[in-house]
Amino acid sequence: MSRFYDGEIAKSPRIDRLIQHLYAKMPEIEADRGEIITRSYQETEGLPMITRRALAFEKICRELPIIIRPEELIVGSNTQAPRGCQVFPEYSYEWLEQEFDTVATRSADPFYISEETKARLRAVYPYWKGKTTSELASAYMAPETRLAMEHNIFTPGNYFYNGIGHFTVKYDEVLAIGFRGIGEKAREALAGCHVANQDYAKRSAFLQAVITCCNAAEEYAHRYAVLALEQARQEQDPQRKLELLKIAENCAQVPGKPARSFYEACQSFWFVQMLLQTESSGHSISPGRFDQYMFPYYDADIKAGRITREQAQELMDCIWVKLNDLNKCRDAASAEGFAGYSLFQNLIAGGQDAEGRDVTNDLSFMCLEAALHVLLPAPSLSVRVWNGTPEEFLIKAARVTRTGIGLPAYYNDEVIIPSMMSRGISLEDARTYNIIGCVEPQKGGKTDGWHDAAFFNMCRPLELVFTNGQEDGVQVGLPTGELNELTTFEQFFDAYKAQMEYFIGLLVNADNAIDQAHAQRCPLPFQSCMIDDCIARGKALQEGGAVYNFTGPQGFGIANMTDSLNVVRTLVYEQKKLTLQELKQALDDNFGKGLSREWKQRLTTRIARNLQDAGRPVGEQEIAAIYKTVAQRQVPLQQQEKYDQLLQWIEELPKYGNDLPQVDAFAREVAYTYTKPVNRHKNPRGGQYQAGLYPVSANVPLGAQTGATPDGRLANTPIADGVGPAAGRDVHGPTAAANSVARLDHLAASNGTLFNQKFHPTALSGEEGLAKFASYIRGYFDQKGMHMQFNVVSRETLLDAQAHPEKYKSLVVRVAGYSALFTTLSKSLQDDIISRTTHAEV
Amino acid sequence: MNHEFLKIQGRIFDIQKYSIHDGPGIRTIVFLKGCPLRCRWCCNPESQRREPEEMTLRGKRETVGRDVTAEEVLEEVMKDRHYFRRSGGGMTLSGGEALAQPEFASALLQGARYQGVNTAMESTGFAPFSVINELILPFLDLFLMDIKHISSEKHKAFTGAPNELILENARRIAELGQRLVIRVPVVPGFNDTPEEIGDIARFAGGLPGVEQMHLLPYHRLGTDKYAGLGREYTLPEILPPSQEQMELLAEQARRAGSIAVRIGG
Repeated sequence: MSRFYDGEIAKSPRIDRLIQHLYAKMPEIEADRGEIITRSYQETEGLPMITRRALAFEKICRELPIIIRPEELIVGSNTQAPRGCQVFPEYSYEWLEQEFDTVATRSADPFYISEETKARLRAVYPYWKGKTTSELASAYMAPETRLAMEHNIFTPGNYFYNGIGHFTVKYDEVLAIGFRGIGEKAREALAGCHVANQDYAKRSAFLQAVITCCNAAEEYAHRYAVLALEQARQEQDPQRKLELLKIAENCAQVPGKPARSFYEACQSFWFVQMLLQTESSGHSISPGRFDQYMFPYYDADIKAGRITREQAQELMDCIWVKLNDLNKCRDAASAEGFAGYSLFQNLIAGGQDAEGRDVTNDLSFMCLEAALHVLLPAPSLSVRVWNGTPEEFLIKAARVTRTGIGLPAYYNDEVIIPSMMSRGISLEDARTYNIIGCVEPQKGGKTDGWHDAAFFNMCRPLELVFTNGQEDGVQVGLPTGELNELTTFEQFFDAYKAQMEYFIGLLVNADNAIDQAHAQRCPLPFQSCMIDDCIARGKALQEGGAVYNFTGPQGFGIANMTDSLNVVRTLVYEQKKLTLQELKQALDDNFGKGLSREWKQRLTTRIARNLQDAGRPVGEQEIAAIYKTVAQRQVPLQQQEKYDQLLQWIEELPKYGNDLPQVDAFAREVAYTYTKPVNRHKNPRGGQYQAGLYPVSANVPLGAQTGATPDGRLANTPIADGVGPAAGRDVHGPTAAANSVARLDHLAASNGTLFNQKFHPTALSGEEGLAKFASYIRGYFDQKGMHMQFNVVSRETLLDAQAHPEKYKSLVVRVAGYSALFTTLSKSLQDDIISRTTHAEV
Repeated sequence: MNHEFLKIQGRIFDIQKYSIHDGPGIRTIVFLKGCPLRCRWCCNPESQRREPEEMTLRGKRETVGRDVTAEEVLEEVMKDRHYFRRSGGGMTLSGGEALAQPEFASALLQGARYQGVNTAMESTGFAPFSVINELILPFLDLFLMDIKHISSEKHKAFTGAPNELILENARRIAELGQRLVIRVPVVPGFNDTPEEIGDIARFAGGLPGVEQMHLLPYHRLGTDKYAGLGREYTLPEILPPSQEQMELLAEQARRAGSIAVRIGG
């Protein structure tokens, strides 16, 4: 007998109707927040920035239009349109203005925008010229950093254009003492300040800002209480009338005052979650350990007979739907990297308490049940797994995996806890971690993690080894030597390491510049009031108020670099089958497989620049002529035969992902070229850098900017996703692939690693299939793997969905550290998901 | 491990991991090359001859069959020990016919047993009983035994060998208390009538220690291999049995043999 209720719970018919309403229309951009914050900033010029931010938040809470959607039990929406989004001009706005006319038709994450909205936004945008975080960040960056970014070595686009997000607040504290209680704490801290203290000015302004925000949040909820009462008065249906009266009562109580029931706790949670995403445009604002902080309210209500399991489940299902109501419009390039309208609100179930006891509870199971009920991409559902994890919990999770929605992701406590401790986090805090965004471990309520701080393409530094650091006639990287000077593989590998170190340094420069800009221009008092130790330190999170401060940029391309460097070592240095120069030529010629348009243009630019540098004037006509020559150039037949032979040799070499100890040991070394240098750096908040190894979905767009690599990967094609093998190269099944991946040092990547696996649905059939699948996860985790996630959908289904998207509107798949509706993804990302190796196909 | 028997050489043609249909838990299957039978539906024709041979598949030519020591095989098998331990899985010997290389099969089973993993063998039992009894059973947890037909005549017509030895071995193995699963490939035109399946079920149900009967529907996945080996596929164009027909046969088998029956491994 199970200690838990692990069976099915009936789904309320309301849930499907809520979902239908949510997805009836294309998401829309709204102008209200943009206008309100502009007016607020205009009124508050000259005041301390933290005060201006608090007053802006207050004005938004007072003036942003509110709405209760049909049949909702949990209320609070920051847009009128379902799945709509507001704009955040304080971070950046130029991109949206430039993309006004394409944002509705772009391939990744399109948004409708009305002409009226465009006009309203055009009216406020001039105010923001020179005032955004992105402009200040640019000003702080070193010239060589900007050059490296122009050349796509890495991209910190996420935080460059948007808020930071990537945190979990103390939901438990809001539930327990309400914003009145938190405001009271700030008042006490303020009373403890002496006007003569050296930091009185900043500290008192911050604490005052916190008090303003706490009041504003309560005021916002009260507007909903009034609206619900009004609607109740007009409501004809007696059942709905009662519901609206209950909603009014809830909103009068929370989040200002403590939650007295599970229902109030749900509503309080929701106000926190949606207001955080109204204060800033940061994503990955993660609910964290929902099953833990909500449990006391659930347990008390169940024991007192105030609620049934079905009623509690319905409320949770409502929250699950609401998490999909929040949305964000990113610039076109970032949208490719984070495709699928995802806000990465990661919610985790199961795991241990601070003393190391397993605390999986009935709500942990109900989180999984909610995912089964709604079958939607949000929340990014995760489960914690360790030796003490009840088997029935893992089986229930596998049941969710089997639906094919790519949820939940599985995390290994036995790796994550020591990994966090190695970064100075206490044992108790590490044991109570949750996941942020895609795969990033954090101690919620105490951390400013800056996870996801940049994408670093590990393939690009290798390209620069082949060109002595030059690209398009510009010295982008280090001059690591002409190819004929690299006479041993050790020298070649050292050159790669040197390029890596150099660019990692520039990445740090970029992130620290952005960090500084956010501290100055967008300190966030509302989120700060719910994260330790901001109130005690009297500082916003962005100014170093958190107990733990990190910056976590993520590298990707380990599989391609392992296989590539292995090709160089074996074919060039050991077997001497070709020279480095010949290999370079093969890469430049894309192994004779033809060049893409972008590549031809790039080659044209390169030649034109070389001519210019040589003192020859190059006009438009000359450029057109060069382009024509480049476009028409064909590799001679004899050369083509050589390239085909080369590709054959490459194919025959052992590859990462096949449980070959030597290859995998080298992969570990290659991963260190990223993780070790990153881990040595410091950020302006007094914290350290910690490396992650995952690409979100950027392996596709950034792969498109990368030339051919020595592993036989063709130019402009996707780079391997996550820490997994390159697509199609792992040919010995899921255990062999997992064993290879487990040989990386996951503990050195404390910002998270991401391992995608794709299974055919038949592999999980029956109870036995579920049990074996659970054992597979445990077997990988026994070997110190950190994370695992699955797409369980047949290739045929995906191909059919590509051809007939109208039939598959609700097909949810795993992308990277999150799930998304398959048909909303760009064609190239769809292709990437289809090409991942499928295991156990029969 | 440092045991002499691990130096024994044998010939295999494949090692397949993450098998979830051939014994308990997650398993690694070792395919031994060479088989005394010539089942006309065989989906692994490259397994039949003992000699290494060339096969062309999807335009690629490869040599099928390589000589390895038991130690080398076990090293590969034990790479998945974590999954075995978590799932109660282990190694399954298959073929070809594993009993055609009895000392090698014995060494593999003994080595796996020594490492503490579950051992299984998929075999038709076509070997002298003493070989099975002395070399195999002491190290075997689960015998997945193929019984294709009760009529020796029909058996011979479709597999090239009579079945008396097979049925006799099945009886004697069962009497020793060996855990046993009877597996039946359901091949249209050969054994897919309720009567024929019923006969096998009755036989299986009469043996002590038989836990289950598996009905494995015929599939055509191996047919391109025949061309790749330059051989002829002698079964006429037959369609795999439908799910409904399989359900029907399974029901018949349950009734006739009073035995647990499932479709698929």
